[in-house]
Amino acid sequence: MFATLREKSWLNSPSATASGGFNSEISRKTVALRFFLAVISVLFSLFIVTFLARSQFPDFQALAGQAWQPFTNPQQLWVNTGILLAASVAIQFASSSAKNNRLLAANIAIALCGLFTLAFIGAQILVWQHLIDLGYFVASNPANSYFYLFTAIHGLHLVGGIFVLLRLGLRSTAQTQNSLIISTSLCANYWHYLLLVWVLLFALLTSTPDTYKTLAALCGF
Amino acid sequence: MKLVIALLLLVIGTVAFHFLSPWWFTPLASNWGAIDDTIGITFWITGIVFVLVNLFLAYCVYKFRFKKGHKSDYEPENKKLEYWLTGITTLGVVAMLAPGLVVWAQFVDIPEEAKIVEVVGQQWQWGFRFPGADGKLGSADNPFVSTTNPLGINPSDPAGQDDRLVLSSELKLPLGQPTKVLLRSKDVLHNFTVPQFRVKMDLVPGTISKLWFTPTREGRFDILCMELCGIAHYAMRGYVHVVSPQEYNKWLTTLPTFAETQQGGSGDAVAGENSYISCGACHGQQGEGNASMNAPKLAGLSDWYITRQIKNYQNGIRGSHKDDIFGQQMVGMAQILADPVTLRNVAAYISTLEETQTTNTVEGNADKGASLYVTCGACHGRQGEGNFALNAPRLAGQQDWYLKRQLTHFKKGIRGTNAKDQYGKQMILMAKMLTSEQDINDLLTHINTF
Amino acid sequence: MEHVAIADQVEELHNPSSFISKYVWSQDHKVIAIQYGITAILVGLVALVLSGLMRLQLGFPESFDFIDPSSYLQFVTMHGMIMVIYLLTALLLGGFGNYLIPLMIGARDMVFPYLNMLSYWTYLLAVIVLLASFFVPGGPTGAGWTLYPPQAILDGTPGYDMGIVLMLLSLAIFIVAFTMGGLNYVTTILQARTKGMTLMRMPLSIWGIFVATILGLLAFPALLVSAIMMLFDKLLSTSFFMPAIVSMGEQLDYTGGSPILFQHLFWFFGHPEVYIVALPAFGMVSDVLAVHARKNIFGYRMMVWAIVAIGAMSFVVWAHHMYVSGMHPAFGFFFATTTLIIAVPTAIKVYNWVLTLWRGNIHLTTPMLFAIGFIFTFTHGGLTGLFLGNVVIDLPLSDTYFVVAHFHMVMGVSPILVLFAALYHWYPLITGKMFNATLGKLHFWCTFLGTYAIYLPMHYLGFLGVPRRYYAMGTTDFIPESAQTLNASITVAAILVGLAQLIFIANVIWSIFKGEKSGPNPWHATSLEWQAEQIPPAHGNWGEKLPEVHRWAYDFSVPGARDDYIPQNMSNDDVPLEPGQTLQIREEH
Repeated sequence: MFATLREKSWLNSPSATASGGFNSEISRKTVALRFFLAVISVLFSLFIVTFLARSQFPDFQALAGQAWQPFTNPQQLWVNTGILLAASVAIQFASSSAKNNRLLAANIAIALCGLFTLAFIGAQILVWQHLIDLGYFVASNPANSYFYLFTAIHGLHLVGGIFVLLRLGLRSTAQTQNSLIISTSLCANYWHYLLLVWVLLFALLTSTPDTYKTLAALCGF
Repeated sequence: MKLVIALLLLVIGTVAFHFLSPWWFTPLASNWGAIDDTIGITFWITGIVFVLVNLFLAYCVYKFRFKKGHKSDYEPENKKLEYWLTGITTLGVVAMLAPGLVVWAQFVDIPEEAKIVEVVGQQWQWGFRFPGADGKLGSADNPFVSTTNPLGINPSDPAGQDDRLVLSSELKLPLGQPTKVLLRSKDVLHNFTVPQFRVKMDLVPGTISKLWFTPTREGRFDILCMELCGIAHYAMRGYVHVVSPQEYNKWLTTLPTFAETQQGGSGDAVAGENSYISCGACHGQQGEGNASMNAPKLAGLSDWYITRQIKNYQNGIRGSHKDDIFGQQMVGMAQILADPVTLRNVAAYISTLEETQTTNTVEGNADKGASLYVTCGACHGRQGEGNFALNAPRLAGQQDWYLKRQLTHFKKGIRGTNAKDQYGKQMILMAKMLTSEQDINDLLTHINTF
Repeated sequence: MEHVAIADQVEELHNPSSFISKYVWSQDHKVIAIQYGITAILVGLVALVLSGLMRLQLGFPESFDFIDPSSYLQFVTMHGMIMVIYLLTALLLGGFGNYLIPLMIGARDMVFPYLNMLSYWTYLLAVIVLLASFFVPGGPTGAGWTLYPPQAILDGTPGYDMGIVLMLLSLAIFIVAFTMGGLNYVTTILQARTKGMTLMRMPLSIWGIFVATILGLLAFPALLVSAIMMLFDKLLSTSFFMPAIVSMGEQLDYTGGSPILFQHLFWFFGHPEVYIVALPAFGMVSDVLAVHARKNIFGYRMMVWAIVAIGAMSFVVWAHHMYVSGMHPAFGFFFATTTLIIAVPTAIKVYNWVLTLWRGNIHLTTPMLFAIGFIFTFTHGGLTGLFLGNVVIDLPLSDTYFVVAHFHMVMGVSPILVLFAALYHWYPLITGKMFNATLGKLHFWCTFLGTYAIYLPMHYLGFLGVPRRYYAMGTTDFIPESAQTLNASITVAAILVGLAQLIFIANVIWSIFKGEKSGPNPWHATSLEWQAEQIPPAHGNWGEKLPEVHRWAYDFSVPGARDDYIPQNMSNDDVPLEPGQTLQIREEH
C-alpha cells in the first residue's frame, strides 16, 4: 500500500498497462460488505466504550455477579446463542450447497437460517419479558438500559439480514448458480459476524463488576 | 488585475483593521497575563504567515496571468522545497504550542494556598458558597435541593453547616488571593465566564469542574453564562466584585450560614391580618387590587414574592427611579413593614387571600400572544402559575393593566435598572422581545386566558 | 428487479424508458447527483434565510417582534445543522461524489445503482422529517447544533419535546442514507476504475471524496450512537447522559448519567465531519486550480499523503472542542498537540495550491476566481484555528464570536467558495451549456468580499468577549456601544451576501435555457469526465468501449506537446507534438 502511494504517476511508462481497480462482481460485493461490517464494528465498539465508561459510575448495578441477579446463571441466553449458532450453520450449509450446485438443499438451508434467526429474535424478546417480570425495567438501571439497547440494535441488524434472505429465497430459482454462490457466501459472512458480535455482547453483558472495572481501566476510564 | 488589487487590499485592510480596531480584549484583571502573551506570540506567527502567503498569492496571480502563446512550467514536484516548507511550518507550530502547553500546565496545577469558592448554576441564575470557619465545603448534590435548600447542601454533613451562602448573582472576591472555583450545576450545562479573568469552564450536572485565578484589579466585572442553557441563556448574568481583603472579610460575615438558612420559621397569617389593614386601603381588603388607585391585585401571589418586593422597596432596589411614581409611593409604605417578623406575617396573610375574578382591559390576539408566551412560560410556568425555583412570580389572575405597566417599565428601564435588582435585569432583557404595544396586548390577552 | 451496472464489457445497464424512471426513480448516478444537489441547495436556502433572521436580531435588536429568544435559538440550531449535514455533506458527497466518481475513474455508473437511488430517497426522507419539525407543537429544537444533553431534552429549551425527537430521527435516517451512498462510493473507487487508472492517477477530487467517505462511514456511527442513546433518555427515561437534575424546581427521575460522554461521542463524529466537508473541497479546488492555471498540481503525491494524513489524524483531535467542557484537564495536553500537528499537512496543501499558480498561465475564469478566493479565506480560517486549537488560548476565546467567525471561515465560507468553483467548473459538463460569465464574476465579488466583511470583524467581537448564542447582549460593563454598530454592519453585509446568491440561482436557471452550447471540453481539461463522447455524458457515460487511461490527471503544458493539455486517455503515441520535439516528462524540475 505504501508503495502504491509512492508511485510517481506522472512518469507514465511502467504502469501504463496497469489494470486499474477493475474487478469482478464477487469482489465488489465483498468489498462493500467488508466496509459495511467495519461500519457496524465502529457502531458496536462505540456503544461498548460508552458502556464501559458508564459502568464505572456508582449507580451502575451489573446484571451478573451475585446470586440474585438475572444473568449470574444465564441459561436462557445460552439457549438463544445455540439458536443463533444454528442459523449460522444453516447459512454456511446453504453456501456450500450452492457451490456444489445442490440448489434445493441450498434453498432449504436458506429457509432454515431465516427460521432460526426469527426464533432467536423471538427468544430474545422472551428474555426481555423475563427481565420485565423480574422488575428489571429499561430505565431502572443503566445496566438494564444497555441490555435492552444492545439486544435491540443487534436484533435490528438480524431483521435487516432477514429481508436480504427473503429476497434471496424468493429469487433463488431465477438466479444463476454463480450469483447464488456469491449471495449465500456474503450472507454467511454477515451471519457469522453477527454471531460473533452476539457472543461478545453476551460475554460483556453477563460479566461481573470486577471485569468491567478491569476493562474500563484498560480503556483509560 | 482586479483580483490582484483585491487581494492586496484585503491583506492591507486586514492588518490595518487589526491595528486600528478598538475592539480588543478587555483589560486583564487576573494573573493570567501569560494567556495574553501566548495569544500575542500566536498573533505574530499566524499574522506573518497570513501576510506572506497571500502576498505571494497576489504576486503569482499578477505575474503569471494568462498571456497568449505562453506556456506554464511543467513541475510535478520539488521535494527539497516541500521539505523546507514542512520544516519551517513545524517550527512555527512548535513555537506556538510549547508556550501554550506551559501555560496550560499552570492552569491545571491549582496552587495549594488557593481559597475555595463554589459556583452553583441553575437555569438562569447563579448562586455561590464559601466554606465556613473549618475551611471545608460540605458535600452537596442535586437530590438534596429543595425550596429551603436551594443549593442542595447535604443537611447531615457537619462540614456544610457553617458554609456561607450567596443566594443571589453577586459575588465578592478578595484582591490578590488565589481563588479556586468549584463549579456545579443543578440542571443543565452552564459556563462560568468573567471576560477580564480570561479563564472559563463549564458547569456540568453530576460532576464538579474547576478553575483558578488570582484577581489583580479591584472593580466590578460581569459574570456571563457561556454555554447554551436554554431560552434565557443570554439573561443569565451576575457580577463579581473584586474588593480589598478587609472588605471581603467583612462581607463574608454578613452572609448567612447554611445552618442559619435552615432555621427561619414561617409567617403567622393570623398575626399578619392586622398589619395588612393599611395595605388593604389601596390593594383592597381581599387583596383584589384597585385599578383607580393603581394598586395591583395581591391575592394569589406567593409569600416569597411579596417578601422580596417589600424588601426591594425598603432597600431602594425597586421604586427608586424618578419616573416610577407608584413605586415611590410604595417605598414609603414599605417602611411600615420594616420589622422582618411583621413582613413575614403579612406575606403569609396575603398568601391566604382568596382569589377573585379580574376584569380584562386589554384586547389583542391571544394566538399571537400564546407564541410570545412560550419564552415567558419557561420561567413563569406554562399556565403562569409562577415558580419559586426560578424566582418567577405568578402571572395568572393578575390584572392586565398592572402587568402592562410593569412590562413597559422594564422596557423603558424604569424598573429593574438598579444594580442590585438581578431578576429585574433579566426582565429588562426579556421584555425587549416585545417590540410594540400590540405585542404586549397580545401577550396579556393570552395571560388573561389562564 | 435489480440491475447491476458493470464497468466491464458486460453491458447490463438499467435502461430507463419513461420520464419517471429517467428522472425520478433514476438509477443513473448523474441524475441522482442532480437530485441530491437540488435538494441540498433548496434546504440550504432555508438555512440561509434562518441565518438572515438571526443576523437581523443581532444587528437590530428590539426591532422584530417575530424573533423571540426561543425562535432565535431555533434559527441558530437549524441553521447550523442544515448547513453542516444536510447541505455541505449531502452536496459534496451525495452531489459531487455521485456525479464525479464514475466519470472521473472511467466507470459506467456506481457499482450498486439501486442502492444509490435508495440513498437519495432516504436522504430526502431525512430532510422531510427535519423540516417537519418546524410544524410540530413547540417547533424545532433550539439546543444548538451540538444538541448537548441535558438541555436538549429538558424543559426550558425550545423544541425539547417533539422537535428534538424529530431532529434525532432525521439524523438517524440521514446516517442510513449516507452509509448506503458511502459504501457505493468507496466500492466504486476501489473496484470499478477503468484500465490504467491506478490510485495515484486519480484526480485529487476523487482522493478527497474517497477519504472523506471513509471518514464519514467511520464517524457517522458515533453520531448514530449518541442519537439513539439520547432518544432512549428522552423517550424511555434511561440515564445514559442524564445525571440527577433539578429542572425548574422539580426533581427529575434521572440519575448518574454523564453529559460529557455525549460530548465525546458527538465530537468523535463532529471533528471528522469537518474534514468530511473539507477534504472533497480540498480535492476539487486542486483540480480547478490546475485546469485553469494550465499547470499540473504541484506536489501531487504530497497532496494525496496530506489528504490521507489529515483524514487519519482527524480521529484523534476531537476533544479540542471540549477544552472547557469540564473533562479532565490533562486531556488538554494531548489534544492540543495532535490538533497543532494536523496544521502541518494542512499548511502544505495551502503552499502547494499557491505553488501550482507559480509559473502557471492563469486564466481568471469564474471558477478560478472562486478557487483563488478559497485559498485566501482558507488561509485565514486555518490560521485562526491555531488559536483555538492551542488549549490555553481557547480559554478566553471559546464560546465567543471568535469561534463562530473561525468555523464559518474554515468550514462555511471556504467549502462554499469551492462548491461555487466546482459548480461553475462542471456546469458545462452537467448541462452542456456555458453559464453567463459576467453574472458569475459579479456573484464571486459579492460573495468573496461580502463574506470577508462579515467574518473578519466578527473575530474581533470574539476577542472582546461577546458570547455566541446570545439572543441579545443587553448592557454589560465591558462591551462598548460601538460593538453594536459593528454587529449592525455585519448584518448588512450578511443580508447583501444572502441576496447575492440570487444572482447565482438566476444564472444557473437562465443558462440552462439560454446559455451558449459549451462544446465537449470547454476548459481543455485532462481528466476523464471531459473526455466522454457526449456532453453531458449519456446514460452509461461512455460509448461502446470504456476509456483507457495512460497518464495521470495533470499533464498540462508538458514540454514538447503541441497543446497545453494531454487528456488522461491519450496514449503517448497519439500526443500531437511541437514540430521536431519529443515529449519531455521529467522526474523533477
